[in-house]
Amino acid sequence: MAYPQEQEYYPFVGPYDPCPPITCKTYSTPPQLYIPFQPPNLPQFSPHEALMKGTLWPALFSPYESRWGKGR
Amino acid sequence: MDSQKPCEPEYYELLEKLQALDFALVELNLYLDTHPDDLQALQQYNVMTQQRTQVANHFQEKYGPLQHFGHAYSRYPWEWSKAPWPWQV
Amino acid sequence: MWIYEKKLQYPVRVSKCDPHMAKLLLEQYGGADGELAAALRYLNQRYTIPEKVIGLLNDIGTEEFAHLEMIATMVYKLTKDATVEQLKAAGLDAHYVSHDRALFYENAGGVPWTAAYIQAKGDPIADLYEDIAAEEKARATYQWLIDMTDDVDLQDSLKFLREREIVHSLRFREAVEILKDNKDMKKVF
Repeated sequence: MAYPQEQEYYPFVGPYDPCPPITCKTYSTPPQLYIPFQPPNLPQFSPHEALMKGTLWPALFSPYESRWGKGR
Repeated sequence: MDSQKPCEPEYYELLEKLQALDFALVELNLYLDTHPDDLQALQQYNVMTQQRTQVANHFQEKYGPLQHFGHAYSRYPWEWSKAPWPWQV
Repeated sequence: MWIYEKKLQYPVRVSKCDPHMAKLLLEQYGGADGELAAALRYLNQRYTIPEKVIGLLNDIGTEEFAHLEMIATMVYKLTKDATVEQLKAAGLDAHYVSHDRALFYENAGGVPWTAAYIQAKGDPIADLYEDIAAEEKARATYQWLIDMTDDVDLQDSLKFLREREIVHSLRFREAVEILKDNKDMKKVF
């Protein structure tokens, strides 16, 4: 994939922060941010895979994993 | 279909086949809304419209009408208002 | 006019009895960046926008109703067989005394839906920028909802809806380019 789907940043950790710091924070940067106008003839998923992914085009697909149980 | 009986596995298989075709058509439709001159996408849209019509007809023969207001036939007695509704299956 | 189709856009499976998750999902039912707001925002804006992008607003607005129905299905399934004790434990007691298990257009905090959530400025660029922002906010809300459950089947349906926000956002961005009449931009790709 040409562009990152996620970016990270490192917030300041203060000496009086009450909770153990989450040192690395992330945010989504999905594909629509890098495609100003979709070019024609992009490769496609099969109809069934498109339904499962939520888009017909792999270039527009953005994965997201639940943070539940990951301690962040 | 008996409203108290769970749907048979084939109902879900056929439904998902139709959902897949219809989803590709939604995607092509939105794409064509901003790319009206893309002939290849347009042809794909028309071919898939034909495929979805066949699958939808097959589904409706087995499980009753998918649409109301004269967009699908009904057997006797009136099938449209019978369960299951989409949120129930 | 609209024709109803007796099927969901995407299969909704919920494998865990979790009425508290139903409460959280209401954010996308009757919340500021929810599916009702989205559908009504786009379908209302389409009357006063250049013809080149009416079709897009019409079609995305229509798809949003399919998403509203998916959220409703999740809430319905998560609360249908919950006992009153379970509803209370899930924080749905205030909802229950007013609505029983009926769905209501309110957000996760119980605030009823209002038209103040949506705008129609009559300026095509202002309206489309609002639409892009709405899609990104809905995408973020789906992320936080996915974070709040360990039910992989529910996560699966929510991931589908998150991806739809991304595609809609791209289409609205393209609509802006069309209205800018920026032929170079379209030729580059």
